[in-house]
Amino acid sequence: MVAYIARRVAIMIPMLVLLSIIAFVIIQLPPGDYLTTYINARIAAGEVFNEAEIDRLRAQYGLDQSVYVQYYKWMSNILLRGQFGQSFFWGRPVNELLSERLPLTLAVSFSSLLVVYILAIPIAIVSAIYKYSWFDVLATTFGFVGLATPDFLIALVVSWLFFMLSGRMVTSLFSLPFRDAPWSFAKFLDLVSNAWLPVLIIGLSGTAGLIRTLRATLLDELSRPYVVTARSKGLTETRLLFKYPVRIAMNPVFSTIGWLLPGLINGGVIVGIVLNLQMIGPVLMQATLTQDMYLAGSIVLILGVLTVIGTLISDILLAWLDPRIRYGAGG
Amino acid sequence: MTETPTYISDDLEDVPGARAGEAGETFYTASQWQLMWWKFRKHRAALVAIIVLGLLYGIAVFADLLAPYQTNERFGTWEMAPPARIHVRDESGQWVGPFVYRLHRELDPETFRVGFVEDTSEILPLRFFIPAEPRKALSIFTMNWRLLGTEDGQPVFIFGSDSLGRDLFSRTLYGSRVSMFIGFGGVILTFVLGVTLGGIAGYLGGVVDEVIMRLVDFMVATPTIPLWMGLAAAIPRDWTVLQTYFAITLILSVLGWGGLARAVRGKLLSLREEDYVMAAQVYGASTSRLILRYMLPNFMSYLLVNITLAVPYTILGETSLSFLGLGIQPPAVSWGTLLRDAQQLTVVAQRPWQLIPGIFVVVTVLMFNFIGDGLRDAADPYSRL
Repeated sequence: MVAYIARRVAIMIPMLVLLSIIAFVIIQLPPGDYLTTYINARIAAGEVFNEAEIDRLRAQYGLDQSVYVQYYKWMSNILLRGQFGQSFFWGRPVNELLSERLPLTLAVSFSSLLVVYILAIPIAIVSAIYKYSWFDVLATTFGFVGLATPDFLIALVVSWLFFMLSGRMVTSLFSLPFRDAPWSFAKFLDLVSNAWLPVLIIGLSGTAGLIRTLRATLLDELSRPYVVTARSKGLTETRLLFKYPVRIAMNPVFSTIGWLLPGLINGGVIVGIVLNLQMIGPVLMQATLTQDMYLAGSIVLILGVLTVIGTLISDILLAWLDPRIRYGAGG
Repeated sequence: MTETPTYISDDLEDVPGARAGEAGETFYTASQWQLMWWKFRKHRAALVAIIVLGLLYGIAVFADLLAPYQTNERFGTWEMAPPARIHVRDESGQWVGPFVYRLHRELDPETFRVGFVEDTSEILPLRFFIPAEPRKALSIFTMNWRLLGTEDGQPVFIFGSDSLGRDLFSRTLYGSRVSMFIGFGGVILTFVLGVTLGGIAGYLGGVVDEVIMRLVDFMVATPTIPLWMGLAAAIPRDWTVLQTYFAITLILSVLGWGGLARAVRGKLLSLREEDYVMAAQVYGASTSRLILRYMLPNFMSYLLVNITLAVPYTILGETSLSFLGLGIQPPAVSWGTLLRDAQQLTVVAQRPWQLIPGIFVVVTVLMFNFIGDGLRDAADPYSRL
């Protein structure tokens, strides 16, 4: 087990390095840097800059050094001091901007993951057992449509339907009196009462995907000879079902987490933007529109690292559950 | 030597005339593609999907002729008109044929919102080929008619109009050009990248394989939306529509080839072990002949499945990016930019018809998925369903 974890972590390191390079490339990509954009805007507004001042600003943001030095400085600040740099647009440290939104984003995404499991597993099992029943047809249709609908459209349609039915509009994770209040149990309850719909929306396409995979695997298992054998031995149908095929069919549930997680992060970003929630999405949106690249790059890096770590945890869990993976063909 | 499958199947109901007794022959001498077609034909949903997609692509190509109005044609006093209500019977239940009533703008005294009220005393019959100002169509001929309208010039908005008084139906038709064809552009690039890199990994093996596969793992495991957004943000705002279009295609493919590469590599690895490949090798076939003559035909069908499933990925990607304002920029239209008008929930609540382009997105993606599923079953014609 230790060897497996060690190997798995070793694979992760080059991935993280690659991720940081991509994030940095994103920061560097736009022609010119933020400072030129900024200075041009100020000059257009009638301000006068002299060379010395521009140089001073350049030095202050470290833009006068080579790309490698800039990357090194950016990375060492993150790794050694946990500082992601300065957002040009907000004039505040990236850390400060994300300090509240990041935990909320994580909480919402994690809840969505749970929702996916809670919804998908029973639906898929029932729909596989009663193949071609009205329930199965309904579930399969939902699976197909859910996968074909972009997240933002799900968000718009579901929250619109919710508005039509209840007259309430989901526009925030908190009700007005709690928005700037310090954390308390009441605020937490308020969060739950507001966040359940976004959580559900983010989870929907993942649920659709998982229902399809799970149903297909279970159907495969149900037609195996061992099921017939078990049945002929007089095992009750429920016992038979949960003892063997369901357990085997659960394997992809955990092994697909590596695909599910990025999907949930994607969904979280888009749904956050559409419903303007206090999550990381709207900040990323703003940053990309204003080409505030340190902020955008940092968010890409953070979300990527979190996904990689999430996948690592799920892999370790999977190895712990399934010895075949632990001792399997060299990872 | 012709490729004659020697597999004996009892799937004879697939074969035309098999039950007639003499036609077992047809099955045994059928080519692989023919077998695939027989199998594919059994997939009802995939067949329907092909017809629907054919219609949608036809609409996209002939949008010029079908759209009653231009994409940026504004109707001054017709902002936010709901979809036209087309009647066939008048008040008294008398059959008149398709018509709309004269519409009047009225201020709702309660909500203070301008709405449209039908004046049931005035019937405006719908006519085809209404004379209109000449415009260029399909860039070859000038047309001086529009497909559908009323004779007195009251516009007919089949899907309603937006906040600037533009016809959503025409815009959706024109938008399908960008949205549906970006799929192909993206897929060609994804295909080249995926097949080349997957092929190299599968054929060379060793360190190269390891590096490429770790890269694929990485790409599959990273959330794409933040990456898309980060990269799309770097597209200069002053680029032309065409440049932006190619940039978006490039971004989507550069981030999307992972799945295909993995599939190609897996298939190559398993094919390399096949007896007949070994035989060809022993026989002295060169590497290129080995790959092109023996291995490639064997996984063409498999590639086809993966390509079909890659098209909707690109379509969804373009739609999402344009929806966020990072993709195709107005005045160009795509389904994504149209849905951008419905970004606020308040707008959706007021004018739900602005979500109609979304239906087109969902239907298109759904159809591609159906075809992909059908092909997946057919790709292995020797297996039974």
